[in-house]
Parts: sequence; structure tokens; C-alpha cells
Amino acid sequence: MVALPRETTSPGAALDVLDVSHAFALDGKTLPVLDRVSFRMTPGEFIALLGPSGCGKSTLLRLVAGLDPPVQGQLLVDGRPVTGPHPSRVVMFQDPTLYPWRTVRANVSVGLEARGLLRSQGVRVEQALQLVGLTQFATAYPHQLSGGMAQRVSLARALVNDPSLMLLDEPLGKLDSLTRITMQDELVALWQRTGFSVLLVTHDVEEALLLANRVMVLSDRPAAIKADIPVDLAYPRHRGDPHIADLRRQILGLLGLDANW
Amino acid sequence: MSSASSVPAAGGITPAAGAVAAPVRPKATAFWRTGAVATVAWLVFATITQLLPDADEFDRTALLARLALAFAAALLALVAFGPILPRALTERVRNAGPWLILLAVVFAGWELVTAKWNLLPRPFFASPQAMLEVFTDDYPRLGLSVLHSLRLLLGGYVIGAVTGFTLGVAIGWSRAVGYWAHPTLRLIGPLPATAWLPLAFFAFPSSYSASTFLVALATGFPVTVLTWSGVAGVNKAYYDVARTLGASQRFLVLKVAIPAAMPSVFVGLFMGLGASFSVLVVAEMMGVKAGLGWYLQWAQGWAAYANMYSALLVMALMCTGLVTLLFRLRDRLLAWQKGLVQW
Repeated sequence: MVALPRETTSPGAALDVLDVSHAFALDGKTLPVLDRVSFRMTPGEFIALLGPSGCGKSTLLRLVAGLDPPVQGQLLVDGRPVTGPHPSRVVMFQDPTLYPWRTVRANVSVGLEARGLLRSQGVRVEQALQLVGLTQFATAYPHQLSGGMAQRVSLARALVNDPSLMLLDEPLGKLDSLTRITMQDELVALWQRTGFSVLLVTHDVEEALLLANRVMVLSDRPAAIKADIPVDLAYPRHRGDPHIADLRRQILGLLGLDANW
Repeated sequence: MSSASSVPAAGGITPAAGAVAAPVRPKATAFWRTGAVATVAWLVFATITQLLPDADEFDRTALLARLALAFAAALLALVAFGPILPRALTERVRNAGPWLILLAVVFAGWELVTAKWNLLPRPFFASPQAMLEVFTDDYPRLGLSVLHSLRLLLGGYVIGAVTGFTLGVAIGWSRAVGYWAHPTLRLIGPLPATAWLPLAFFAFPSSYSASTFLVALATGFPVTVLTWSGVAGVNKAYYDVARTLGASQRFLVLKVAIPAAMPSVFVGLFMGLGASFSVLVVAEMMGVKAGLGWYLQWAQGWAAYANMYSALLVMALMCTGLVTLLFRLRDRLLAWQKGLVQW
């Protein structure tokens, strides 16, 4: 595997979420989604946001990405307020959302192309393709790829931008369980090698515990932080680890599912 | 031409629809029985034409017989040398085998009831050799008519398509443009372009420019609406992804919205082409003194029905040729799409 050369010296971004609330307008009424969420992420941290489905965790991710402005509160990345999307903060969505009219290579190139860097830094595209193991498929179109391959392309497309903060919105949620396990390992390896910060949204407790070094449990909508749990376990982690089992029981309890365990 | 099958040979990609097994085809080396039957059918047609006496005086009976004979000879050559000819060449002809038989039968029947037995009232029903005579004798006028029609049609079509596309993108993208354009489009768009005919011929300096305007109008409406609907229907996540990757508004329009809308744009271009044909013919019949529409009108005025049928045939070929061109272009540009309609 090849590591992508870095543009900056600081590996990961710091993120400050300060008293952020958000709401949607729905049929003339206001639907509160986030309720005064505050936390601080140190550079290089891997935080998992866990919560019941529809609780507002994806909304929080969109705010951090700068795709929507929060109704109240402030978001700071490396001390600077988030005013819009920035290529150093890339999002991987649950759907790979590849452009079907572009080949795999052209999909990976989008970020550089949009910023006018394709000519000078085009070599990064090949490196990213190699990193996710899809060099052979560079000329294929998205409809010819399997779900796992498509999500890898989406990962390569994010990596090409040399992100300091990866925002992962259940990127493995729709994959089959085998592909999912492989990609979990790859994500951890990638994070350890490059040192970017990761904010992962998931509703899979085990996934959060295997990947993150900090798990934040969110309440039902409007989401507030219910618990902030450090996961101080060495990588690679194993599903059968008794610590993980303990933490899982604890978290499922917080989510109101302890009766099942 | 199947664009969906243009799968690159990269190791082990399985196209999503790849599970469909290819139908078993007869081997290229096998004797082409349908071809042999078709050869005989065309020979019979040639013989009927040549040997049976004509009911009236026809100038091109011998030529028609010779053409049918030449066609039969070509088929015979394909039957005889099929196994050693390139497969790509023989495959298509083989596919058309049953059609070739049917055509020979239809031609022979047509020849019998018109030229030979004179069963159908003339001059309304023309014989095959009468139509052939139109092509051999009146081709300068017919050819010139095709050129005039093409010039008028393509001029108007390109203007209408470019305007419609630009307007459609603008409406789909900008709320302000949509606010003003939408009611206007809704009122004027459904009006058949031919309804503007009297006004256009009065308002424009020449019937040619008036007709160009009408063709452009007929093309523009469907192209506008379908481009607009294509742009409006773009998956919003495509924009989110591009924005997080650093895309500007310009990039979002040119590299996300427009490519994503292209399938819909091509539906509009196809519908616009159909609408432009009908406006073209009406305009040429009503005012323009050239073109196939004019030729049809002129032939009818002289009760030259063979000329009329020939012009209709030429017009059909021209229209289907243009549609084919458009579909080829689409297949090229939308090679990434699955399940395109084959034309």
C-alpha cells in the first residue's frame, strides 16, 4: 500500500461543537433535531456517534461538513468557524453516491478537478485508486461495480482531497457483512496510518466499539449527548474481547435495549 | 451498438445485468436456409416482372427486373460464401432473412395487381416501376427538395434545441428565471407551433425565416421542459458530494446538473425532432416554395401519385435517418447508462 503524500503537517483537525441546536421546518411546525450538543474532538481522534435511527446524528454530520448552517450554536474546525463545505472535511455517505456518467477514475478525480488541481496533482488519483485496490477498475462505470467496490471508490474520492477530518455517515451500513468486516479493518488501518480525525455516525454498537477510541451516545430526537465513553483498547480489536462485550452491554442499556441482554 | 454491453475487459467485472444468458445462435458455418428461400423469392419477383406482359406502357419494367435479379444474385452470393465471409457482415443480413422473403412477396404481389393485371384504379395506385421511374428521372428535383428540407429543418432544429437546452437549464437551476419563465412556458408551450403559421408568415421577412422560427419553436418546447425536468430531478446528494469536495456553482451546473440531466435532455431532443418534422412539412406545404413538403403538394397537384409516394418514401428515410443519428449520438454520450432503447 502507498501512503498519500500530505499537503499539510498537522495530521488531523480539531473540532469544537459549541452548544449547537438545530431544527427543521415540517408542515409549518418546527421539529427540533439537535438539542444543545457540545463536545470537543482532539486532532487525530476517532469518535463514533451512536444513536437510535432518525435521532439527528446525520444532521450533526451535515452541520460539521458545512452543508447546512446550524440554527443555534457554533462549530469550529481548528479554531475557525465552519461557514460552508471545505475539501479538507470530506463526507462519505451511506450510499456511495458516485456519478454514474463518470468512470471510476473520473469519479475519484472530482475533488481535484473541482479545485483545478487535476493537472498538477493528478498522480494522487492513481495513488488513491491503488490505496483502495481498484486500479484495475479505473475505466469501469459505477453500474458495473459491486456495493463494496462502489463504497471503496467513494473512499478513494474522499482520500484524494487529503482530508484532515473524515465524516462518515454510516458508510458501511448497506454492505454485506463480510465486506463490512474487511472495510472496517481497512478504515482503522487507514486512520492509523494517515492520522486524520474521524467522526463516524452509526447505529451499529459493535462497529462503533471496534473502530472508535471514543463513543458518544445520543438520545432520541432532539438528540443530546447522553454519554461520552472512551474506548481505550489497542488495535486491532476483536469482536470477542470481554471489554467490548462489557461496553456493548453498557451502551445498549443507555439506548434502552438492555432487556435483550 | 448495444452501449450497455461495452464492458471493459478489466479482470472479472460482472455487469449487473450480466446474468442474462446469450441466446443460442445458429453457427455461422451452417447453411443459410432462409437466405436460399429469399433468393428464390427475389428470383420469382424478377421473373414475374420481366416475363409477364405489362397491362400498359411502362418504361422501367426491364430495369426493375434487373434490379430484382441483382438483389437475388447478391443474396445467392451470401448463401454460397456465407461461411467464409466475416461474421459481423453476415450476422445482420441473416437476421433480416424473414424480412427479405416478405419484401419479395409484397413486391411481387404489388407488381401483379398494378403493372401486370391492372386491378387497382390508376393513377392513385402506382406500380413499382412507376416509382422507380420517379427516382431515375426526377432525382434532381427530388434531391434538391431533400436538401432544402434538411437545411430548413436542421437550421430550425439546432436553434430550437440550443435555446431550449439553455432555457431548461436556467429554469431548473435558477428560481428567479423559473418564476418568470414557468407561466409563460405553460401558456405558450402547449400551443401547436403550426398555430403560429399565419402570424409567422406575416411577421417574418421571408417564408424561410418564418419556417425556421416555427421549427425552432416546435423543437424548443419539449427540449426546454425535459431539460428543466432533468435538472430539477437531479439527486440532491450529487450536489452535496460535489460541494464537500470543493465544487463551485459553475462546476455544479456544468459537471453535475447537466450530465445528470442528459438522459432526460435526449428524450426532449427526440420529441422535439418529431415535432419539427410535422412543422416542417406543414410550413413547406403552406408557404415555402421548396422541400419535400412542397414536392408532395406539387405532385398531388399534377396527379403524379408515383412522385408523391416516392417523396413520402424519401421523407420517411430522411426522418428515420435523423432519428437514427440522434440515437447514435445518445448512445455515444450516454454509454454509462443501462437499458437504453435500441433504435
